[in-house]
Amino acid sequence: MANIQETIAGQFPEVEFAQGETLELNVPDAKWHDLAASLKEAFGFDNLRALIGMDWGEQLGIVCYLVNSKTYEMIRVKVLADNREEPFLHSVTDLFAVAGIYEREVFDFYGIKFIGNPDMRHLFLRNDWVGYPFRKDYDTNPELNPVRLNHEETQDTTVEYVEGPDGKIHTVEHAIFAPDDFVVNIGPQHPATHGVLRLRTAVEGETIKKIDLYLGYIHRGIEKLCEGLTYPQTIHFTDRLDYLGALMNSHCLCMCIEKAMQLEVPRRAQVIRCIMDELMRLNSHLLAMGTFCMDLGATTMLFYALRERETILDILEKTTGARMTFNYNCIGGVRQDIAEDFVSDVKKLLEIMPKAIKEYNKVFTGNIIAKNRMEGVGVLSPEAAVDYNVTGPAARSAGWNYDVRRAQPYGIYPELQFDVVTRTEGDSMARFKARITEMEQSCRIIAQLIDNIPDGEICAKVPKVIKLPEGHWFQEVETGKGAFGCYIESTGTTSPWRMKFNSPCFCLAGVVDHLTRGQKIADLITIGGTLDYIVPDIDR
Amino acid sequence: MQDLSFVTRWIDNLFRVVLGCPEWLTVTLECVLLGVVLLLVYAVLALFYIWFERKVCAAFQCRLGPNRVGPFGVLQPFADMFKMLIKELISLNHTDKFLFALAPFLVIVASMLAFAVLPWGNGLQAIDFNIGIFFLLAVSSIGVLGILLAGWSSNNKFTLIGALRSGAQMVSYEISISLSVITMVVLCGSMSVRDIVMAQDHCWFIFSGHIPAIIAFLVYIIAGTAETNRGPFDLPEAESELTAGYHTEYSGMHFGFFYLAEYLNLFIVGGVAALLFFGGWMPFHIPGWDAFNQVMNYIPSVIWFLAKAILITFIMIWFKWTFPRLRIDQLLSFEWKYLMPISLVNLVLMTLVVVFGLTF
Repeated sequence: MANIQETIAGQFPEVEFAQGETLELNVPDAKWHDLAASLKEAFGFDNLRALIGMDWGEQLGIVCYLVNSKTYEMIRVKVLADNREEPFLHSVTDLFAVAGIYEREVFDFYGIKFIGNPDMRHLFLRNDWVGYPFRKDYDTNPELNPVRLNHEETQDTTVEYVEGPDGKIHTVEHAIFAPDDFVVNIGPQHPATHGVLRLRTAVEGETIKKIDLYLGYIHRGIEKLCEGLTYPQTIHFTDRLDYLGALMNSHCLCMCIEKAMQLEVPRRAQVIRCIMDELMRLNSHLLAMGTFCMDLGATTMLFYALRERETILDILEKTTGARMTFNYNCIGGVRQDIAEDFVSDVKKLLEIMPKAIKEYNKVFTGNIIAKNRMEGVGVLSPEAAVDYNVTGPAARSAGWNYDVRRAQPYGIYPELQFDVVTRTEGDSMARFKARITEMEQSCRIIAQLIDNIPDGEICAKVPKVIKLPEGHWFQEVETGKGAFGCYIESTGTTSPWRMKFNSPCFCLAGVVDHLTRGQKIADLITIGGTLDYIVPDIDR
Repeated sequence: MQDLSFVTRWIDNLFRVVLGCPEWLTVTLECVLLGVVLLLVYAVLALFYIWFERKVCAAFQCRLGPNRVGPFGVLQPFADMFKMLIKELISLNHTDKFLFALAPFLVIVASMLAFAVLPWGNGLQAIDFNIGIFFLLAVSSIGVLGILLAGWSSNNKFTLIGALRSGAQMVSYEISISLSVITMVVLCGSMSVRDIVMAQDHCWFIFSGHIPAIIAFLVYIIAGTAETNRGPFDLPEAESELTAGYHTEYSGMHFGFFYLAEYLNLFIVGGVAALLFFGGWMPFHIPGWDAFNQVMNYIPSVIWFLAKAILITFIMIWFKWTFPRLRIDQLLSFEWKYLMPISLVNLVLMTLVVVFGLTF
């Protein structure tokens, strides 16, 4: 890291350095693109993990987290825009494919226009939205943005801001589809999107030419809501992002707050959290597998998967009292002690799972039709996985050996024995098989812990009023879908200045167009199912 | 074997002699009566299949299936059908109104016509003419016209894709079905449904025709599943891709017609398989075992036919609830590259078998 600092300081004298959780770089906008290119080429920071829009009061800007895909080092870069009225930043879309969709999100909420991003449309909000809601000076007057009942016209062109040789910025329009494209509108109400997601799909016969993604149908503005709430009040929101990773998401936010408070979590709580995370991962993978098979027409597999998932939900219900939005993790530990028969129930589950997995493979994985439908469909290369910031089973089955539990270890994971499931094919079959193998690994982790739950407190002593010191923290966990991140920027009060949930599904949805080009319409379902994105996690 | 034609003769006698009706009135009355009976059978079978499929698939999926309305949920399909009957027929703008309304009738008429030539029992057949099986193939392919019309007239991209898929699929698989039917006609030497059944008096064709008959049966059952648009060949109505395919825009009883026709087509495919390979209504006979054959003859022919047809459809339902769906290109290449060449070769094989008298 010191080496990076020296070299960068030599190349870019304007860059200011600081050392927080990671090496932190402050760079003016004029040098941002060059710095990003240099970090990518010379130091291997080729994965844009997060691009977070910020409003510091006087100035707007972005905070980026870059990851080296091989050494897993992380670096933070902060870029400020010049003014609030007409803020421009340079786009890094040409360096990181995922930046395209991240920058659209920032434009939507902060009004920062990115020079060179070919697609500066609204992402979540309506096209006729007035103002930029995440800015601190946003006018919340309901008369400005009433609940509009009229139909929103679909735009067929995108805007790109281009910087001329004289430094003047002008706009260029791009058409989304060619004039003679046959465009099928899939969603927002469609059985295969598993939620309200809209894909405008240009097809040539049965072959997909291009997909244009529309988000925001269930955007609830959770990040904005958090800014007005105290820290303990924010935790239940995480259950409502990826509802199949509820416990892992809240684990992430709690860890981020605990890190900021420098709070020591009791060992018993840590072990319980870890078991819960792995139960949740089983739950997530089972449902992903079941619904995917149903989409492929094998409805029976859904019920087989639900059968085992039901056992898991029963276990979770006995302890947490809920089956979906658990609200179980709290700052400093967990809310309740485990139920009396938790240990015996989990052991029963561990006995069932290997048999069940064998059955799944027998019914579905080995089936010739299933093989034909999945093998070679939607091949993701490891480079594309890094470029599009695809994490989780989808990235590992493409050959990018990245698992947050190993790369940025947290909780008690460093003590545990488990394999990071990696495959090389990168197709739908690999993603499907990777999930099944990960279920086996989750069982292995639970088996190591279930007999060794130590006695003690389940929650650390926490002050009545929780205030975080001034600063910023970024914490990631591995959910069933990939790397889920929480970013907190605090000014020293009881509520966050900015809270960002960096969701894996957002990036998974961003890669759909790349994977489906040239595939059949039916493959869109296969690819979507094996990527396993959850719409509430995309929209937040 | 009990000959059930005494029923029809008695009715004929009733009209002609007892009531003294003239010729034209007798024929008209008999036709009306026959139509009513067939319609009733049609409705009852459809309701039975709705219930049967739900029960079977529930058993495969660790569920109970319908169990609240009536014993074992047998009244559930009646409730469903009543609900469907009282639902509004939503009329949409921007559709071709005439074709939109015509399509479900074409589909249901196609499957109704096929009922006329099925061998329901000994002496129970609406019409027996020398090209019976050919007639069946001809009328059952009217159905695809209805599906194409439904998809086209709905003026919706999903229905259009569904209808085109369906058209491509049904036209392709029709070839395999016809070839395997012709294979069996070669074995029998007649296209009359009654002759085909009677030719299996000593032994069912699946046994007497041995290898080529078994191949023809396998081809027939695969192509037949595809012909009925059922899983794993249910691409035209692939729910996860095309919402409901060609019948997305239909509501109420118009949708109900598609729904019923699907189940009845299932039964027709099963019934024709029973006719061609398992002797139609002919009881199970083993040459030489006369006592056994006599016992088998005591089971009424209607039960034999229904049992065979339902058993074969059970296998097709089993397919649906086990296999995932094929993709359109895989579906078509499967037909044109594998099924059709196999059935062509099989036809030659069957001809050789018949010519050299290698049948049992």
